[in-house]
Amino acid sequence: MSGLARRMTSSKLFSSLLALFVILLFNVFLNPGFLSITIVNGHLFGQLIDILNRSVPVMILAIGMTLVIATGGTDLSCGALLALAGAVSISLIRGSSTILNADTAMPFPAVIVITLAVTGLCGLWNGFLVAKLGIQPIVATLIFMTAGRGMAQLITGARNLTTNYAPYSVIGQGWLLLLPVPIFIAAGVFLIVWYFARRTAFGLFVEAVGVNPSAARYSGINSGLVIMIVYTVSGLCAGVSGLIYASGIMCADANNAGLNYELDAILATVLGGTSMTGGRFYLGGSVIGALIIMALTKSIYAFDVAPESALVVKAFVVVIVVLIQSPFFKARLASSRVRRGPGEIKNSGAGEAS
Amino acid sequence: MKKKFSVDLKYIPAISAIVLFFIAYAIGGALYGDRGFLRLRTFTSIFTDNAYLGVSAVGMTLVIISGGIDLSVGSVAALSTMLIAWGTEVLGVDSAVMILLVLLTGTLLGFLMGILIDKFSVPPFISTLIGMFLARGLCFIISIQSITINDPFFRSLGRWKIKLPQNSYINLSVIIYAATLIAGIVIMQRTRFGRGIYAFGGNRQSATLMGLPTSRIQIGIYTFNGFCSALSGILFALYMFSGYGRHLYGMELDVISSVVIGGTLLTGGVGYPIGSLFGIMIYSVILKFISFNGSLSSWWTKIAVGVLLLFFIVMQRVTVVLANRNKRQLRQKTQGRTAP
Repeated sequence: MSGLARRMTSSKLFSSLLALFVILLFNVFLNPGFLSITIVNGHLFGQLIDILNRSVPVMILAIGMTLVIATGGTDLSCGALLALAGAVSISLIRGSSTILNADTAMPFPAVIVITLAVTGLCGLWNGFLVAKLGIQPIVATLIFMTAGRGMAQLITGARNLTTNYAPYSVIGQGWLLLLPVPIFIAAGVFLIVWYFARRTAFGLFVEAVGVNPSAARYSGINSGLVIMIVYTVSGLCAGVSGLIYASGIMCADANNAGLNYELDAILATVLGGTSMTGGRFYLGGSVIGALIIMALTKSIYAFDVAPESALVVKAFVVVIVVLIQSPFFKARLASSRVRRGPGEIKNSGAGEAS
Repeated sequence: MKKKFSVDLKYIPAISAIVLFFIAYAIGGALYGDRGFLRLRTFTSIFTDNAYLGVSAVGMTLVIISGGIDLSVGSVAALSTMLIAWGTEVLGVDSAVMILLVLLTGTLLGFLMGILIDKFSVPPFISTLIGMFLARGLCFIISIQSITINDPFFRSLGRWKIKLPQNSYINLSVIIYAATLIAGIVIMQRTRFGRGIYAFGGNRQSATLMGLPTSRIQIGIYTFNGFCSALSGILFALYMFSGYGRHLYGMELDVISSVVIGGTLLTGGVGYPIGSLFGIMIYSVILKFISFNGSLSSWWTKIAVGVLLLFFIVMQRVTVVLANRNKRQLRQKTQGRTAP
């Protein structure tokens, strides 16, 4: 029994699950109706469903981000690419774009394919800069973080493009089998990435590149290709996320869509137990991380305060979770019980992989 | 050995930033010279409008040379504008006292982030992200609305200027920026702390093995940058005469871009505060281009900055590769065997 308890508490997911549980518990005390889920018109409604649904854009970004961070990189561009995806898709649907110059509205599947191709290519470009030119991931993706929103504004002509094309609204607002469609999309993205990361050797390659790129290369792994794939996946995730986001409001807002989402996605990944220095990654943890962020935001909204002051609480919660996961406390915990597995004590990460 | 004219490769990114500024300025002069692009007033406004960015860039240069990053600068600066406005207008504290308190708050926030990074090994990206959330959130806890600063002393500080010919002027912000820049240069070139930052950013492990107080250096860097952020916020308040939680949204991006364009390598170990001055100047010349053109929309700034970033980053990468090759050749020559 104690063995099981130890294995549970030593799991990377444990601290993030615990954090999520505490926040949800806090919400239950705050609002007794928090856990209730009702069925209206064959749709499930309730706070929990709402949290799940609203966390989807960040969750999908975080899934892509997890792979990127596992290779020792960071993708700052995904928030801007999310906005770009919204701009591309809606301008294609309207067929009145200023730059793509499509006169007729496209068939809907083509819109989705083109949108994903655009963000995927942007991701590939990030990967190319990182893998082939050896540029720092933060800098390489900084380019699209600034230019991506500019491009989105160029496409929308700096207006908030709206649409009322019904099939498009299904992506972000539709319902399927009691649950909102975005949840299924998130689950789909998770399963696909999880399959390739955990059921093929790809995940191992990613971790190998993250731990030591040269060693990975010497052992025959095409590090460059792995890195390019990972950034492309992150770009594709940003595309999917952007479609859901824009479809949720039926509007392409180049300025504010997904603003600071890249930070939330990185946060979700780190809260989920993936180290920013690269190596081991936890896709499930990142999903929980995204849920933590949304649950936290939700519970702060329950108080009658300015939404922006939620950031203070967010800061404190992140400090606590990050401190629990820090080598400092790990060492304290480890010395108080049987030593488990090789501890990864690495120093500050942001500027090390090259 | 024959002495021939050659530039050390490590200076190339900074030098090309300077060259690019003059090219951009000349192009601006050729295109918009008739509309007064070359007037002294346009030139001084580069500094009067962007002194706050420059001050922050000095601190950021140190952070980036150390191989770190600081995302909190914009939020800490916004918090500073908010604190000044709130302190002087709502609480009625003397503005001089308030300025000191704000500088202290910024420094303290920087110190705390430094502790988080150094003592708890939280990556700089995450710990300064926490600082960013905290400072931005505190702004809105103080007030959701913008607070106008009417304090006479503060206003007189903001209005104070040295008149120059052609209707141009230099104000207090520019002088403070100049002082900060000189301080940054002196720190990096003449002090043990500065040498330590270069060593730390170049190779942390070697720095530790050399016996440098790496811990003190790292915490010192973020503390100094916290001070710079607060100072930057004060300058912005002197420019805007208001405190607002939405001030300076995304300033960290502008500052980081300017520092990178100014030739500081994000890998750490290489960079000069003076390069960041030119980074800021290039950035503001782009803004001037767009305002002088009139028909270009503001999003072109973002695209232009993105393209410039790409250009500089690729160039930096090339110089690093060339420098490594030179070093290897030199080693081969002196040792007479192949280097690993």
